[in-house]
Amino acid sequence: MSNIIDLKLVELVDKIKKKELSSTEVTIDFIERSKKSKKLNAYISENYENAIKKAKIFDQKPDFKKKLPGIPIAVKDLFCTKNIRTTAGSKILENFVPTYESTVTQNILDEGGIIIGKLNCDEFAMGSSNETSYFGNVQNPISENLVPGGSSGGSSSALAAKLTPATIGTDTGGSIRQPASFTGTVGLKPTYGSCSRYGIVAFASSLDQAGPMTHDVKDCSLMLEIMSNYDTKDSTSVEFKRENYLDNLNENIKGKKIGIPKEYRVDGMPKEIDELWEKGIEIIKKNGGEIVEISLPNTNYALPTYYIVAPAEASSNLARYDGVKYGFRSKGENLIDMYEKTRSEGFGDEVKRRIMIGTYVLSSGYYDAYYLKAQKVRRLIKNDFDEAYKKVDAILTPSTPSSAFKIGEKLNDPVSMYLNDIFTVPINLAGLPAISIPAGHDKKGYPLGLQVIGKAFDEQSILNIAFALEKNISFKNNITDWWIK
Amino acid sequence: MSKNNGEYLIIRNDNKYEVIIGLEVHAQVLSESKLFSTSSTKFGSEPNTQVSLVDAAFPGMLPVINEHCIKQAVKTGIGLKAKINKRSIFDRKNYFYADLPQGYQISQYKNPIVGEGSVTLDMPNGEKNIGIERLHLEQDAGKSIHDIDPQNTLVDLNRSGVALMEIVSKPDLRSLDEVNAYIKKLRSIMRYLGTCDGNMQEGSLRADVNVSVRKKGVKKLGTRCEIKNVNSIKFMQMAIDFEANRQVDLIEEGGSIDQETRLFDTKKNETRSMRSKEDAHDYRYFPDPDLLPLDLNDNYIDQIKKNIPELPDEKKKRFIEKFKLSSYEANILVSDIEISKYFEEVSKNSDVKLATNWITGELFALLNEKNIEITESPISSKNLSKLINLIKDGTISGKIAKSVFEIMKDGDKDPINIVEEKGLKQQSDPKELENLINKVITENPKNVEAYKSGKDKLFGFFVGQVMKNSNGKANPKLVNEILKKKLN
Repeated sequence: MSNIIDLKLVELVDKIKKKELSSTEVTIDFIERSKKSKKLNAYISENYENAIKKAKIFDQKPDFKKKLPGIPIAVKDLFCTKNIRTTAGSKILENFVPTYESTVTQNILDEGGIIIGKLNCDEFAMGSSNETSYFGNVQNPISENLVPGGSSGGSSSALAAKLTPATIGTDTGGSIRQPASFTGTVGLKPTYGSCSRYGIVAFASSLDQAGPMTHDVKDCSLMLEIMSNYDTKDSTSVEFKRENYLDNLNENIKGKKIGIPKEYRVDGMPKEIDELWEKGIEIIKKNGGEIVEISLPNTNYALPTYYIVAPAEASSNLARYDGVKYGFRSKGENLIDMYEKTRSEGFGDEVKRRIMIGTYVLSSGYYDAYYLKAQKVRRLIKNDFDEAYKKVDAILTPSTPSSAFKIGEKLNDPVSMYLNDIFTVPINLAGLPAISIPAGHDKKGYPLGLQVIGKAFDEQSILNIAFALEKNISFKNNITDWWIK
Repeated sequence: MSKNNGEYLIIRNDNKYEVIIGLEVHAQVLSESKLFSTSSTKFGSEPNTQVSLVDAAFPGMLPVINEHCIKQAVKTGIGLKAKINKRSIFDRKNYFYADLPQGYQISQYKNPIVGEGSVTLDMPNGEKNIGIERLHLEQDAGKSIHDIDPQNTLVDLNRSGVALMEIVSKPDLRSLDEVNAYIKKLRSIMRYLGTCDGNMQEGSLRADVNVSVRKKGVKKLGTRCEIKNVNSIKFMQMAIDFEANRQVDLIEEGGSIDQETRLFDTKKNETRSMRSKEDAHDYRYFPDPDLLPLDLNDNYIDQIKKNIPELPDEKKKRFIEKFKLSSYEANILVSDIEISKYFEEVSKNSDVKLATNWITGELFALLNEKNIEITESPISSKNLSKLINLIKDGTISGKIAKSVFEIMKDGDKDPINIVEEKGLKQQSDPKELENLINKVITENPKNVEAYKSGKDKLFGFFVGQVMKNSNGKANPKLVNEILKKKLN
């Protein structure tokens, strides 16, 4: 029998249900490997002891009807977890322990999942390389000193390094799909309104969505099924019929019309990515899908639009971290002085940069030119997709314009960093679902991903298309455990 | 200020100034729970005992609209004869303060739930309509307490997130009396609707007051100053009076008014500058992405409309038509929903005219003296009605009734029993009265002679003597009749 940590989530569930494995064995193996993998810095908080206790309790009275029967799972530290420290990667929440559980993690707990720890991420999910975290860089297990992507960098690293059988992230502009692409894993951003935002530390409320990060499409389907529900505690949660994504998973894409947007062929994109895209197109054709050239004319405006809307919302969402009620507080001469010191010391540079941009674009005299204009462009971007979906069932693009870069390479060049999200950001602006699956390697041997974008609430279709691609690509991650000595 | 044909003007050096007033009234929505959370809104609880994670703005917490508050705002809008906006949007008003946990207040900015409407005031010289600009919903902030701890400011979040309706008037008010009438009318309408208890002591009704002045005859409005957060009608009037005079003095001295926000110091009776227009906050309003636009359909609004109770204006009309009351009487009786209820209960079973007089006379005097509301009246509407019936059917005289009323004050006693126990029944037996009258005539021969020789005024003397001898119980109407016969 193969090692526990090498098993996929669905396989683990199956083996526990068949009593071939116990929750305790599985939990201990992932924890042991996590302990040996400190060098990756994937965890911010560990919940090992408690998790093993819970696994033992599960094994004493196992409930095999659960979808995650005693399965250990580490989650991004943006989800509030009851009695487990939740930092959002920030000093300002360094010692914050919630008394409540986010809806998404509650769903995981309700299905028998056991939280083994909280995973590193960019501060308040603002970043594309996990380098803005107050708790330090995260290593990509693919290669030393390579970023794991961001903001769900701890999640992608822990998953690829097999410290957790699956994980969850949040995606505001690509924060699930880009790190998945950088680590050779699968990441799905659901339709806005699919997963509840209740209990997730907010970055940009109109864009934030939680989603699964897994080794393959099957695991991804199972996780989405568990995470997604209609929640009255989130006013933007949408009531729609949620499928049994795993049961309905089907690789037959015959007759499916797949759009190829010409605007995604950007200048300076590495040849390997073009070839990867071509490979995807060929697989679709070979499997009976129909390729349709489409146009998303406002794609160019997506990134500037995103960098107005997201900081605007963030500047307001982060106002609550003022040192008054919870979290870090610095001593001040008076209230204003306390605010200034608390927020100057409590927030990192990238967060401050975005608060300032957001404050600027909402200021009187600038609101119309920036925020209002951006909202109008956002509408145009959504209209582009609506138009396209009159002709196609889904859209295929690369996930990112490049493979993972070195730690420190782009840290001092925010614009170049922001450009990394060029293929993922439009999807958040339009509120659509999209999945990134590993599809190949570049010359350096770093993984590259393909993105399948779907119609709103049609997660099943993109899972099916991704499933077909996955079968034909047979991607294999080359991970050498270099960080374990 | 001087009164001139119902007009209020400030006169300086032969210049007459008109005072222009607009009010932004903050009315607390009558609701068990807060605007976006399920915490209780009960007044007077221990600090920070009615605070949910949402109210304290914990990470990841999201607002969920309390549908009841929406209904209350729509009701109020209908009561203000206003346009109900089928789509309204909640915005964030961003500013930092210790008692504002989110760092923003959720309010409605460009798209309020209620649009233009009007309120009718009954002024001595006739009705006057005051325009309503809008009504929007917003969250209240918490309370900063500066005087408990010498080192620190303490924060109580019980009020944080409580629903307020901000009702903005047009600058249509022209006098202190109109301000008084306007606030009372708003309060009355909301109490009829059950949308705000109007309790000013508990802060359920507060106002920001906008004041400007202009020379009489000038069309253009002067520069206004806003006086923040005034919490009683008296203080509003004092603040306006001070502020209007301050502005006139400034103009007369050749100065000009700066648009600014001012505070009213109730101890010194003056307004003071809080911040100028240049220092005004930039609130960076934008639609709250945690809340979808609020869409109301016609059916929803119609359902609420159907269930709107009779409001003061309609009730007044009905009272005048049905009970033949004067406009003045009707105004008093409809001014407060509880008074109107009391009146209707009394008048249901007894004479309307007497009911009106007794309620606005004796009963109001009693309530004033005890400084209580009609709902706390020691005399129930049922017993007052009985008392009035005793007068009407001649069992007791009006005068006796007053002494019965005095006894009723202590514990809502049944007037029929009082009259019975104390033997206060009116003497209406003609024979007995004749005996009393004969006695008075025999005992006062000189006065009888004087009366007969033309001193008509002495008639009152004889009535008085008869009443006195009967301990006030003689039926005055019969006494008059019999006396007239006897003496003439």
